[in-house]
Amino acid sequence: MQNSKFLSALFAAGITFVLACLMIGVKLDTEGTELAVTGATAEQWTWIGLGIGLVFLSQLFSNQIDAFFGKLPKPKLGGLLPEEKKRAALKPWLLAALIVGMLVWPFMVSRGAVDLATLTLIYIMLGLGLNIVVGLAGLLDLGFVAFYAVGAYTYALLSMYFGLSFWMCLPISAGLAALFGFLLGFPVLRLRGDYLAIVTLGFGEIIRILLNNWTELTNGPSGISGIPKPTLFGLEFTRRAKEEGAQTFHDFMGISYSSSYKVIFLYLIAVLLVIFVIYLINRLMRMPIGRAWEALREDEIACRSLGLNRTTIKLSAFTLGASTAGFAGSFFAARQGFISPESFIFIESAIILAIVVLGGMGSQIGVILAAIVMTILPELAREFAEYRMLLFGLLMVVMMRWRPEGLVPMKRPHLELKS
Amino acid sequence: MTETLLYLIQQLINGLTIGSTYALIAIGYTMVYGIIGMINFAHGEIYMIGSYVTFIVIAGLLGMGMVSLPIILIIALVVAVFIASTYGWTVERVAYRPLRGSNRLIPLISAIGMSIFLQNYVVLAQGSRDVALPPQITGGWTFGDPAVFEVSFSYMQALIWGATFVTMTALTLFISRSRMGRACRACSEDLGMTNLLGIDTNRTIALTFIIGAALAAVAGLLLGLYYGVVNPFVGFIAGLKAFTAAVLGGIGSIPGAVLGGLVLGVTEALTSAYFPSEYKDVVSFGLLVLILLFRPSGLLGKPEVEKV
Repeated sequence: MQNSKFLSALFAAGITFVLACLMIGVKLDTEGTELAVTGATAEQWTWIGLGIGLVFLSQLFSNQIDAFFGKLPKPKLGGLLPEEKKRAALKPWLLAALIVGMLVWPFMVSRGAVDLATLTLIYIMLGLGLNIVVGLAGLLDLGFVAFYAVGAYTYALLSMYFGLSFWMCLPISAGLAALFGFLLGFPVLRLRGDYLAIVTLGFGEIIRILLNNWTELTNGPSGISGIPKPTLFGLEFTRRAKEEGAQTFHDFMGISYSSSYKVIFLYLIAVLLVIFVIYLINRLMRMPIGRAWEALREDEIACRSLGLNRTTIKLSAFTLGASTAGFAGSFFAARQGFISPESFIFIESAIILAIVVLGGMGSQIGVILAAIVMTILPELAREFAEYRMLLFGLLMVVMMRWRPEGLVPMKRPHLELKS
Repeated sequence: MTETLLYLIQQLINGLTIGSTYALIAIGYTMVYGIIGMINFAHGEIYMIGSYVTFIVIAGLLGMGMVSLPIILIIALVVAVFIASTYGWTVERVAYRPLRGSNRLIPLISAIGMSIFLQNYVVLAQGSRDVALPPQITGGWTFGDPAVFEVSFSYMQALIWGATFVTMTALTLFISRSRMGRACRACSEDLGMTNLLGIDTNRTIALTFIIGAALAAVAGLLLGLYYGVVNPFVGFIAGLKAFTAAVLGGIGSIPGAVLGGLVLGVTEALTSAYFPSEYKDVVSFGLLVLILLFRPSGLLGKPEVEKV
């Protein structure tokens, strides 16, 4: 037994060597017109050696390691929370405190922090939208960024060509993204999950290619700039009003101009949008349609036998998710003031998916926490920026292997009979 | 012969060349899907790694002063197939085997994670810029009237056709004649029953991933030499195309994958010949949606029946 363990560890180490030697061990370089191969530095080889040693030892002692981790006591988070009844009484107060805190907080911190918080809120919105599709309805959508792009371009184009305001475009963007979701979903939602994944992936690419090449409409790869910022009942957040006779925010309030008002205003809009989305989804989850989403995710055949129309159910989830992305997209366009197809590549979809997976599919609190972690961590660890996507990929594999239910697993509101 | 006809013939030659490499990659998807009913999302990255290894070996051997091109190519082929197979095996071992039997979504997500991981691993190890290899195989045959339009069929294209044909024949023989091929077919019929009959299904599934990866590496070598450039992001789009080809032909069916690859290649060549070439990806994904809409089981596939 010990012998075969040793052999398998040796095998794993050998595999690691094969995997590493030609990819990390040598590097392709262009010298003039010739392609040349350079060996890695001694330091890199040391790292490869360390990696191989690590794989070898972890395979050799895998039983002991498993036993060690099995013995570790699992932290009981449940014990930290107050009892069910108390929690129910406490909940509205906590929520109110949280919302007030979120509204007051930006006036006390720096502009950069508020800006980062706004970005986080956009990702929270996207995560919540994808959570309906992937987490609740169990449909793997890899082209979610396409709806985000539709929302962003809807606002940008409508304001450029027709001069429509942000508040007008917000529902239009959501509606148009929903329409795209409907049109795409209608043919493909009859298919099995993995086909859907690929078709949505292809759809995301199609949208990006169209945005890139339809130069007359979208200005192609150079993007659209000068997208107007949202206004507060017609009050602009600029130093001087764009049009004659229009009033700016600081004139109206009688205070001196500061550029941070605009940042805080955008942040507050994002907070309101996120609260709206959370409220909407929370209501929907308790409605029959929300229950049907989850039932369909669990067992499609059983659902159909019970007379549920799977196309309607899937389509509603898909459309709703898309409209949330459209919402986030038009806000994104307003915040950035500039959009180009570069912002809507597959990696964005992957990041949003990673947020949903990390947080726990279906769990709203989990998704919110994961979005916060995923946007703030890269900011804190800027020197590791190049490893960001590598770690995202690794994280997805690791999470699926050890904790597929996510950091904060979803809990359905339920009743328990106590004997 | 008229110019239009000669132009069409040229496009068909180009299309079949690209299509046969799509077919090679698509076989990997279709075989894995046939056995475990899942899409191997990291397959495109394996193809990309195959291309990189080819470039590394060729550049290394040329740098060492080796001149005989056939020997260089054979060494590159062997090394690329070996390394890519190891990657394929590792993907199965890390991202699929521990998750077998769980919810369908879970292995899919871990495979996407694996794909992102591999892509960025190559970006970190080799840089994200294009790496260009000067053309190794030059020249070709031309026919047609030089005054009207000259159709060219390069040696490189001939090599791609030949290599694809040989690989396909070898695979067909392996699947239909050998003991392991029989095990593969048995597994795709009924995994549980095959296990009961004393066949090591874990090993068979690993073997399928290895075969798929080896074919992807062959495609990586051929397309790498054909285009002469490689970057860490080629795997994504090639994987998507090959998957389209597999679905087009009917996923799970090997002849279907070949047919789908060829049809897709020709469609793309014709699209970029008569329309702006940026839209060729749009057309091929549009084709995928249409196929799924009207014939979800593909050209040669059997309709799936869901059972409780």
